[in-house]
Amino acid sequence: MKLVTTNFRPSQTFTVSVLAAAGAIAGLLVGTSQGSTLLGLVIGAALLAALAFGAMAMEDQERPIRWAILIGFGLIGFLIGGVSAGVVGLLFGWFFGWFIYWIGKGRYRAHLVPYLTPGQVLWHYAFRVICGAIFIFLITPILVVMPLSFNAEDFFTFTPEMLRFDPEGYSLKHYQDFFTNSDWQLSFRNSLIIAPIATIISVSLGTLAAIGLSQSHVPGRRAIMAILISPMIVPLIISATGMFFFYSQIGLFLENDIGLSKTFVGYVKIILAHAVLGIPFVIITVTATLVGFDRSLTRAAANMGANPVTTFFRVQMPLILPGVISGALFAFITSFDEVVVVLFVGSARQKTLPWQMFTGLREQISPTILAVATILVVISIALLTVVELLRRRSERLRGMSPG
Amino acid sequence: MTDTTQSGPMLAADGTPLKRSLARALRMQKIRALMLIAPLLLFVLLTFIFPILDMLFRSVENQIVSSTMPRTVAALQDWDSESGEGPGEEVYQSIYFDLFVAAEAKEHTKLGTRLNYEQTGVSSLFRTSGRRLDDIGEEFQDVIEDVAPALKDGATWYEIMNGTGGEAVAEAAKERFGRLTDERARGDLGYVPSADIAQMLPHTTDAYADFATFTTFEDGDSVAEEDPWEAVYAALALDLRDPDTRAAVAAYSGPGAEHLQAVAAAQEQLPDFTFKDALVDADKDWGNTETLRTIQMYAPNYTSGYFLNSVDLMKSPDGVQARPENQQIYITLFTRTLIMSLVITGSCILLGYPVAWILANLPMRTANMLMILVLLPFWTSLLVRTSAWKVMLQQQGVINDVLVWLGLVADDSRLVMINNQFGTIVAMTHILLPFMILPMYSVMQTIPPSYLRAAKSLGATNWTAFWRVYFPQSVPGIGAGSILVFILAIGYYITPEIVGGTKGVFISNRIAYHISSSLNWGLAAALGTILLVVVLILYWAYDKIVGIDNVKLG
Repeated sequence: MKLVTTNFRPSQTFTVSVLAAAGAIAGLLVGTSQGSTLLGLVIGAALLAALAFGAMAMEDQERPIRWAILIGFGLIGFLIGGVSAGVVGLLFGWFFGWFIYWIGKGRYRAHLVPYLTPGQVLWHYAFRVICGAIFIFLITPILVVMPLSFNAEDFFTFTPEMLRFDPEGYSLKHYQDFFTNSDWQLSFRNSLIIAPIATIISVSLGTLAAIGLSQSHVPGRRAIMAILISPMIVPLIISATGMFFFYSQIGLFLENDIGLSKTFVGYVKIILAHAVLGIPFVIITVTATLVGFDRSLTRAAANMGANPVTTFFRVQMPLILPGVISGALFAFITSFDEVVVVLFVGSARQKTLPWQMFTGLREQISPTILAVATILVVISIALLTVVELLRRRSERLRGMSPG
Repeated sequence: MTDTTQSGPMLAADGTPLKRSLARALRMQKIRALMLIAPLLLFVLLTFIFPILDMLFRSVENQIVSSTMPRTVAALQDWDSESGEGPGEEVYQSIYFDLFVAAEAKEHTKLGTRLNYEQTGVSSLFRTSGRRLDDIGEEFQDVIEDVAPALKDGATWYEIMNGTGGEAVAEAAKERFGRLTDERARGDLGYVPSADIAQMLPHTTDAYADFATFTTFEDGDSVAEEDPWEAVYAALALDLRDPDTRAAVAAYSGPGAEHLQAVAAAQEQLPDFTFKDALVDADKDWGNTETLRTIQMYAPNYTSGYFLNSVDLMKSPDGVQARPENQQIYITLFTRTLIMSLVITGSCILLGYPVAWILANLPMRTANMLMILVLLPFWTSLLVRTSAWKVMLQQQGVINDVLVWLGLVADDSRLVMINNQFGTIVAMTHILLPFMILPMYSVMQTIPPSYLRAAKSLGATNWTAFWRVYFPQSVPGIGAGSILVFILAIGYYITPEIVGGTKGVFISNRIAYHISSSLNWGLAAALGTILLVVVLILYWAYDKIVGIDNVKLG
């Protein structure tokens, strides 16, 4: 049984002084933005100390008091700086209402082992705050893009209208631009042509090779593996430089000596380049699935008279399918997201979505990029979900507990 | 059972010795595995490894000088650039005829651009003199056509020059043409130099053969119907300067001999300036021995020049020496790339370690929820994240807005966080952080939490328990993540290009610049090769430490 402290109560002095300190920090922020740092600091500390004192005196009235603090802070915010400050005030109110009781009733120790020193408790929570900050660092840039893509102005920043939550400040015009502008549509179509074909090439060749590599006797496996993984390791700029030289010669040969059209050759070059960039991902995911593959299954199938092809499609394939699909998704996203090679090898006729975004970011800045970015984030959330579901299915199939 | 009575080697079911049968089965297995791998291996070799090798080759390849100016390169071989004297007239003659052909093919400007990387001014020298070559030839042409009007006509020339036995000269011209234009001269030239003429008038035959090759293969016309180049007249005049040649012409009786004799007889009317004077007159830089030294120095088919250039060195007559201060950029760029990659790797370790630790130590369900926060950036398009950082960091961006709103920063002194090294480091740390967290997490998951508890129950403080027990076990994860992040960071192009400005760019941006703007492809290849070597060393280290088979995704 886990040891927990059930009825630990800190002293009232402790509660009030912690809350006063927290209030001082909050007051400092608010005070600075209102032009008087010192005043804010004092008011914040005094207000929170008083609230903590009062709340502790009527601690059985927790629910109404928390509501009162929430609404009170919201009102103060609204009076100081309008709707957006009101929202910030509500957040402050919610936080302090929770914080007063969390400290005052000793809830912060409820889930911890009782022998921890106060310093250890402090570190425990400080560490979680640090981790939270890092998670915020990871996710904020992606979240910030989304509301900005609904900006009614052609700016990359939040306009005052947006901050007031004024419907005038929001519009779908950047999405409309994306779906009507011929540049964006061409690049979107190109991405949808290039990425799937490149994925099919890398998945079909990669799966075969992964099956070959997982056999028990492969001469020179390490060297072969090194070659097959190298497109992932070699920096893209170097791959792109090499491909730029080599593919232009191949392209000239195909155009002049075989007589293929320039556009077609352009697509072929990019598709081949993207296919080879996606191969390491297919190899890695499929070999990882094959490691856990029970070889006696194929032997059993052979024993019952199935030929190798039947065995592959009826026994092996269904089991390694999750690995193949997640490899395919990796290959797809590699191609769909790739820009350096396209810039070097392709021409304007083959520009892809990332190319268009890249030139857009470098030259004319249009918030349409943010609309595209939002669409891509939604797509990547969908892909992430698919991969996660596949991983669970694969582990279930192999009799492991999903985790 | 028969095996009790059997002696000798053990037999398989079909009667062959078991040993051989097993060996055959093993061989079959190996072949089958290789057959499965072969298509992909071929594909990767063709579409990836060959391009890389091609790039390596291009970083030392330097055939443009010898293919554009073959005669000059041969003539310059005997010139001792240390002697302090300029090269002889023969070299200038070769330059004239080489440049004439190159200018007809419009290849002389390419060579000019190439040599301009080594010595500034060569590019304009080649361009100006390319325009003046015709004028020099015309001075001879005018006189020759005065004294022998029949030589105005291409057909007469063809009659004189065509014959038998001079196939070697024509082949040489065809080869020069092939090297110059990168196209193979295929098919029939329609012209065979006459062996007698070739012996008597070597320069004229060479020049006429070049003209014939061009007319046939480049323009697709018939040699007999076209009027020859000015250079052919110049060559004839040059040949006739030799008294022995004039004597031979006087005794010559082949087709069109009378025209040649007419020209030979009027030899004193032909301009007698040297080709050196003519070229120096066209552009005075030809009188500068530095120019010829540069041509001589870069004549070999392979050069270390690009590599020297990429480490801020240059070839000079006195050996390898440092470039002038104001041209030294690559060492700075390489060190900056290395230092910034190290800083990015370091900040990824600092930010990634706590996150990996908390993911590995929280209950499975919570950890999976938080894992989404790591995986979502990992799956999101690189350009989305880069543009997001542009939105966040710019002067009118989200961070500055928040700071101004909070009153921490005055509105007129917003922080400059983009287009400098800070922007590159922040954005790339964010982009590469998942690559650090995932390997660390997979290592930390395998460390039993009971070790820490054991250490603490033996009296270790929190810090000792962590530092002496937990941390050493997590080092493999840090190593794997660091190498991965470092390899990715060192070759990054997109993010520094967009948020790096001028101070925050990497060596890869310079490579891209040379590929797409300055068109100095050899230098781009050399820079790429150096970067590739660094990455391959790291890759090898990664393979030793982690093993490539152990790379995990997602």
